[in-house]
Amino acid sequence: MSEPSRPSVPPGLWQKCPKCRALLYVKELERNLRVCGQCQHHFQIGTAERIAQLVDEGAFTELDDGLLPANPLDFPDYEEKLVRGRAKAGQNEGFIYGDAVIDGVPTVLGVANFAFMGGSMGSVVGEKVTRALERGADLNRPVVLVCASGGARMQEGIVSLMQMAKTAAACARLKATGNLYIVVMTDPTTAGVLASFASLGDICIAEPGALVGFAGPRVIEQNLKIKLPPGTHTAEFQLNHGMIDLVVPRRELRTTLGKLLSYLAPATAAADVDAPVAVAVD
Amino acid sequence: MISPSRWLPFEKPLQDIEEQIQALEAYAAAHGIDRSEKIAELRVMHADLSHQIFSNLSAWDKTMMARHPNRPYTLDYIKLIFDDFIELHGDRRFGDDPAIVAGVGRLNGETVLVIGHQKGRDVKERQFRNFGSARPEGYRKAMRLMELAERRHIPVIAFIDTPAAEARLEAEERGISEAIAACMALMSRLRTPIVVSVIGEGGSGGAIGIAVGDHISMLEHSVYSVIPPEGCAAILDTFGRDGTRGHEAACALKITAADNLRMGIIDEVIPEPLGGAHRNAAETAVLLKDTFTRVLAGLHKLPTDVLLANRYAKFRALGQYIDPSAPKKKAKK
Repeated sequence: MSEPSRPSVPPGLWQKCPKCRALLYVKELERNLRVCGQCQHHFQIGTAERIAQLVDEGAFTELDDGLLPANPLDFPDYEEKLVRGRAKAGQNEGFIYGDAVIDGVPTVLGVANFAFMGGSMGSVVGEKVTRALERGADLNRPVVLVCASGGARMQEGIVSLMQMAKTAAACARLKATGNLYIVVMTDPTTAGVLASFASLGDICIAEPGALVGFAGPRVIEQNLKIKLPPGTHTAEFQLNHGMIDLVVPRRELRTTLGKLLSYLAPATAAADVDAPVAVAVD
Repeated sequence: MISPSRWLPFEKPLQDIEEQIQALEAYAAAHGIDRSEKIAELRVMHADLSHQIFSNLSAWDKTMMARHPNRPYTLDYIKLIFDDFIELHGDRRFGDDPAIVAGVGRLNGETVLVIGHQKGRDVKERQFRNFGSARPEGYRKAMRLMELAERRHIPVIAFIDTPAAEARLEAEERGISEAIAACMALMSRLRTPIVVSVIGEGGSGGAIGIAVGDHISMLEHSVYSVIPPEGCAAILDTFGRDGTRGHEAACALKITAADNLRMGIIDEVIPEPLGGAHRNAAETAVLLKDTFTRVLAGLHKLPTDVLLANRYAKFRALGQYIDPSAPKKKAKK
């Protein structure tokens, strides 16, 4: 699935790196997992691409893909934005999850889709994140969530805010059942998502250069009329301040996840619970 | 205790009448004449108009009520509600955040842990309290003391009154997001009753960070929202993005106590005295205390496992979406 996150870039053979402006040959960019060969900028990628990069071949079965957003507040313009988001993202909502096998370890994997209204968390995203975490708890499987979000979805108002509490409670429940929870923060992971399930990983990994922060630096500079030093609110900044465990380049992500999962949640540990099955591609 | 000296725009007609009454009283006293009949008439007018105004406040009016500079804050209510209160300080990691107060109090002879956002009354105190915007240390102090409450089996009472959590760089450096997330996670499984009341501004992540509980109430003129209305108007093209249409965003966001009750976000609306909590803090405190007393009596009867299962189910059920595979549409109304 292609990721139309930079609308200024024309489709075709060449794509400009938004960070270093280098002109990149698309085929090579794709071979490079959509990481700029010049400056290592990690492009935002779609959910299908992400899943293909992380799971054992064909080992992902999506669950609850039919959940659709409602308009709990009758918020103006919301339904139009949902239609546009669906067209842009090619999916029903901003998050997908399902059963996966990563390096031989049966895992519940969830991936946010930033192209759908900025990956914002409304009822559907909150519900699917919660279901993913509950599935891990119920089946004794590790849960890996790949985050990309601008935060809570304004159009669902207070109902969105409550998804923070709901997902945080599901994280606590997963941990109480003794299971492993790994978070991968990708560009960007912010606000209500960072301040709930994304910060609660037993292990928090981020992609290089990803924007990671409670409020984006631009918001802070605008609201407080101050100038921030360069390099704040990034994966590296969060690593330096002890908020995440690892910054892992995309090329190494699958290997790192595979090791962590097999060291900390080997499949044999869950063998007596619910025999993990080799799942079909969706 | 708190003088209702500052008038909000929609209170203008009441201000006019009150000024007329004062002028008449002064005139009558100065000239030794009886104006009591006219004054009584004005007082009746004032009461009628008050009822009319305060039972028809818009979401934007309520936002102003919730932020009223004279509105009672957490420590005001603590003084009025609890027989004793010993404030406890510090997160044992970095510092003490004056924007969240916490301590041990006595309610009807029972020990309770009280936590709450704290705003400041004058310029100096407002700065000291960081306008009620909590830093990571505030949430971590609350967590430390809630763990104590769990161990000692004492219930937690949380007052919510914050515009938002602190977002500046120093808060980021010390993990404001993690602090909020961890506090919610802890509260979701804390093995003791938690009673929450939104007394002013229930602002976004800063509010929900200490608002996970078994019973959630809101004072009648408080608000509870994912974002301040002005902020919403500034970022959504729906409201022109210039921040001037906060009143429209306030309405669209459904932030009032009545809205939150209707949507099933909260359990109860606690009425305020006529004209708002700031006109009679003592009476408001009595109403809050009655609620806490009644709710805790009920929660104490539940076995802890039931209490926790109910609390999980309460937040688990929040959200509205269409599930085509479910037998019927999931909707909370």
